Amino acid sequence: MNIKNFTNGLIKENPIFVQLLGMCPTLAVTTSAVNGIGMGLATTAVLISSNAVISILRKFIPAKVRIPAFVVIIASFVTIVGMLMEAFTPSLFTALGLFIPLIVVNCIILARAESFAYKNGLVASLMDGAGMGLGFTLGLFVLGSVRELFGNGTIFDVSLLGANYKPALIMILPPGAFLALGILLALYNVVQIKSSK
Amino acid sequence: MENASIFVIMVSAVLVNNFVLSRFLGICPFLGVSKQVETAFGMGMAVTFVMTMAGTLTYFVHHYILVKLGLEFLQTAAFILVIASLVQFVEIVLQKMSPTLYQALGVFLPLITTNCAVLGLALLNIQYDFGLIQTIVHSFFAAIGFSMAIVLFAGIREKLEISDVPLPFKGFPIALITASLMSIAFLGFTGLV
Repeated sequence: MNIKNFTNGLIKENPIFVQLLGMCPTLAVTTSAVNGIGMGLATTAVLISSNAVISILRKFIPAKVRIPAFVVIIASFVTIVGMLMEAFTPSLFTALGLFIPLIVVNCIILARAESFAYKNGLVASLMDGAGMGLGFTLGLFVLGSVRELFGNGTIFDVSLLGANYKPALIMILPPGAFLALGILLALYNVVQIKSSK
Repeated sequence: MENASIFVIMVSAVLVNNFVLSRFLGICPFLGVSKQVETAFGMGMAVTFVMTMAGTLTYFVHHYILVKLGLEFLQTAAFILVIASLVQFVEIVLQKMSPTLYQALGVFLPLITTNCAVLGLALLNIQYDFGLIQTIVHSFFAAIGFSMAIVLFAGIREKLEISDVPLPFKGFPIALITASLMSIAFLGFTGLV
């Protein structure tokens, strides 16, 4: 049962490719594979912690004020994660910039709090948070890799397309984010259509 | 940006650093509420209203409460609470004062709390060290930039509805590619200020 909670978010209900949640950070920070993973893991950390705390406190939070309560819990963890990143990974912190405090308004976290953690026990909520978070990280990593590969010829700064490759700078610029995600979603749909036939 | 003139802030917020198309703030409503020009316009107006007020209010909260008490690290939590209560407050006031406006904007208001454009704007204002006038101008015109993008996008999507799109591209993929083309158009403004 718990394993199912975990794998659910990873593929079947992948936040990016299936639920289309958390689009702002998805598009903004995926200029490289490293940034994508960094953002994904930061979000995962917040998601697991907030899911855990909300699940523990779910009997004490009155239904009427649950949304403000969730927001305060999430904001506290975002602040903690932000401070930790500033201290231990300063370059990543600078690269992600504004989008670290903006994890607060990432719809995935509030959506999981509302639809899962508020209704389920601690272990299930932890699993759900980890699965959703890693599913989000996976999506960011794929998108970041595609953009880095075509926009810079590299993945993780390792050159893959050779020295003669002329980088398509547009993939790193804002339009490339929309374009890459649009094409990835279309490919995902192709697979879905093929497998349902 | 500290002493940037009002005009530069205006042009920069609407065109060069458009919130949606170059900063990626407020993508959720941009993709979610852009099927019809009419609703997109309503959303744009609601966001403009809330963003201008939130930008101004967070300026006071930051400079007169957080800085005075040395609590800058609570910025994120404080701002999101200010925005959430502001949205609630606006909803209640509109309901009492102007039922017609409430009917037009009502459905969009709760969505705005989780619109990252609002929190992003508040944080950017502080980051750029804007004064009060600059904050208000920047907030208002950033919101205008958002509204412009979402209305234009809705116009294109209305046409897309009746066009023949390949099956795998139906829905979100083609919308994203359209947004990409719009974003390329907005790249043309780079270097304007």
